[in-house]
Amino acid sequence: MTEHPRTAPSGSEKSLAAAINAERVTKVFGSGKDKVIALAEVTVAIQQNEFFTLLGPSGCGKTTLLRLIAGFDHPTDGVIMLHGRDISHLPPYQRSVNTVFQSYALFPHMTVAQNISFGLEMLGKSKDHIKKTVGDMLALVKMAELRDRRTDQISGGQQQRVALARALAPQPEVLLLDEPLAALDYKLRKEMQIELKRLQHETGITFIFVTHDQEEALTMSDRVAVMNAGRILQIGTPRQIYNHPVERFVADFIGSTNFLAAKVLASEGRSARLKLSSGKEVKVELPEGMVPADRVTAVVRPEYAQLFAKDQNNSDLRGVLENIVYFGTDTHYHIRLPDETRFVIRRQNRLEDTETFDVGQTVDIAFKPNSVQVLRD
Amino acid sequence: MPQNKAIMSNLEEEARRRSTRRSWLLSTPALLVLFCAASGPLLIVLVYSFLTSGEYGGVVWEFSTDAWFNVVFLRDIFDDTLGLADAHLRILWRSVKLSFFTTATTLAIGFPTAYFIATRPRTTRNIWLFLITIPFWTNLLIRTFAILEMIRNQGLINMVLLNLEIIDSPIRMIFTDFAIMVGMTYVYLPLMVLPLYASMERLDFNLVEAAYDLYASRSKVLRRVIIPLVKPGIIAGSILVFIPSLGAFVTPRVLGGGKKMMLGNLIELQFGAGRNWPLGAALSITLLSIVMIALLVYVRTIQKDSDGLR
Repeated sequence: MTEHPRTAPSGSEKSLAAAINAERVTKVFGSGKDKVIALAEVTVAIQQNEFFTLLGPSGCGKTTLLRLIAGFDHPTDGVIMLHGRDISHLPPYQRSVNTVFQSYALFPHMTVAQNISFGLEMLGKSKDHIKKTVGDMLALVKMAELRDRRTDQISGGQQQRVALARALAPQPEVLLLDEPLAALDYKLRKEMQIELKRLQHETGITFIFVTHDQEEALTMSDRVAVMNAGRILQIGTPRQIYNHPVERFVADFIGSTNFLAAKVLASEGRSARLKLSSGKEVKVELPEGMVPADRVTAVVRPEYAQLFAKDQNNSDLRGVLENIVYFGTDTHYHIRLPDETRFVIRRQNRLEDTETFDVGQTVDIAFKPNSVQVLRD
Repeated sequence: MPQNKAIMSNLEEEARRRSTRRSWLLSTPALLVLFCAASGPLLIVLVYSFLTSGEYGGVVWEFSTDAWFNVVFLRDIFDDTLGLADAHLRILWRSVKLSFFTTATTLAIGFPTAYFIATRPRTTRNIWLFLITIPFWTNLLIRTFAILEMIRNQGLINMVLLNLEIIDSPIRMIFTDFAIMVGMTYVYLPLMVLPLYASMERLDFNLVEAAYDLYASRSKVLRRVIIPLVKPGIIAGSILVFIPSLGAFVTPRVLGGGKKMMLGNLIELQFGAGRNWPLGAALSITLLSIVMIALLVYVRTIQKDSDGLR
């Protein structure tokens, strides 16, 4: 994840090197009473050679954005640029962008090889070039033996590979992937995640990947954009998104987290002093551009907090252990705080664990100040 | 143990016999209808084609191949020399030609129509389909006369063209092959649209988007993706139009004015004024054979298509 120097920390700034630049893109479907705003002034810059993921629940606008980039729909307002060229209103066949469809959309009346050569034929490439590229692509996705099969005679995972090869064959500047792994079973999905990373690395093509699966987004992406209700809430590397969510939706949608009410005692620039409900004070860093109100919500990830049976002098919170759930690799401890909110701690299980907790006992919770993240409410 | 086996096999035998008997009993009504309504009448027609014609219609029970001979050949009344029955051949040729053009025109009009309906939102599709079927509510004869009203010399089209001074004298459209073709196209258009729609409705429009995405222009998408995928609908619609067109007789009678005959009129003539039932029967069987050959070709192409990729 570290060897991507081109990855910018935030996607909002304009950049000429960006593969895709979307500026204040709005998409409205229908009119009058049936009007639906699918995208509301979305601005994002996706760098060249980047594995960029649009993550969000269904109906958040991620697929709409993908379709606008592909050219199947056109923005109601705003501009989409491909390497600095305005492509907002070009038809799909005039932009060097290819799509891997969720349903694969392989041509049923063609063989595997014919499917892969289709785009090249349409571009008017020479016979030799087509033959060579199709061979290369089949090798790239490890499907060479099945080149003359009909697409309904191969398995779902194989269809997935053919769809990838077909979209990669014309060597597009940007490859769009619309939840391509959704139809695969768990094990195959894991394999394909690694496979996709490999393909992106080998081809050097910009990948824009749409998914509602946070795990997929975190494991594969260079950067993730979290979307909800037609807006991009946060853009960042998987680590930034996970460790420093700036909005409640992002914190809640990715992983599980603990929400804590806190009072702002003092703030200066981006640093602030908070008072938790237990009376304990912590120093935190505020999200960029946030003007803190009197009361804020902070989050702490379950695995960043520690649990103590004994009375700790510098414990941050205290509560009653309500439930213990054993997961094999780790154990979840559900604690009820005095203000009736629930706090979950995840502890990695170790063979040498001796400390045991009992339901009903009073426990102390401690966490490092830098694991507390304040949300923009 | 061997005894047990014998009993078992006896029981199985009995069960098998019973199920065979039951399936025969169950299919009896269908077989009866099929015999009374299709095979039986066909057999009668076939037998009649090998009999001698009666003086006032009907048949005389006397074996003769005259009828079959007369389908293709003509014996001169004066010197008994043999010639081809060129009137029959001309009519046959006209029937095939007009049916072919009718099929082509209905396809040219029906394809975009079906595509239009198939791409409407699901809720409005049924309304469009309903509109397509409205002409069926009116009798065929009345619809045909309506067309006659439009294309005759003092009809709607000529009047409009004359009044707009586009033409000086009315265009004679009535009683021509063109008139017959227009009439048949109108009558058989729904038979083309409905099967086309059925196959287009099942078309996965993701495939169309995928083709656009892979740099195919509109015409390429149509040629390389849509047409190959809706081919079964195209063939089914063509058969549904071509076959009844071959045997049509109301439309050619009204719009062709009796001068431009088609096979259907010729056959009707033999059973009516011509009083030559055996010849009519032989012509009917000829028509049936042409249709069968057309269907056979269809089945072959379909099979070849599905085998082609394997």
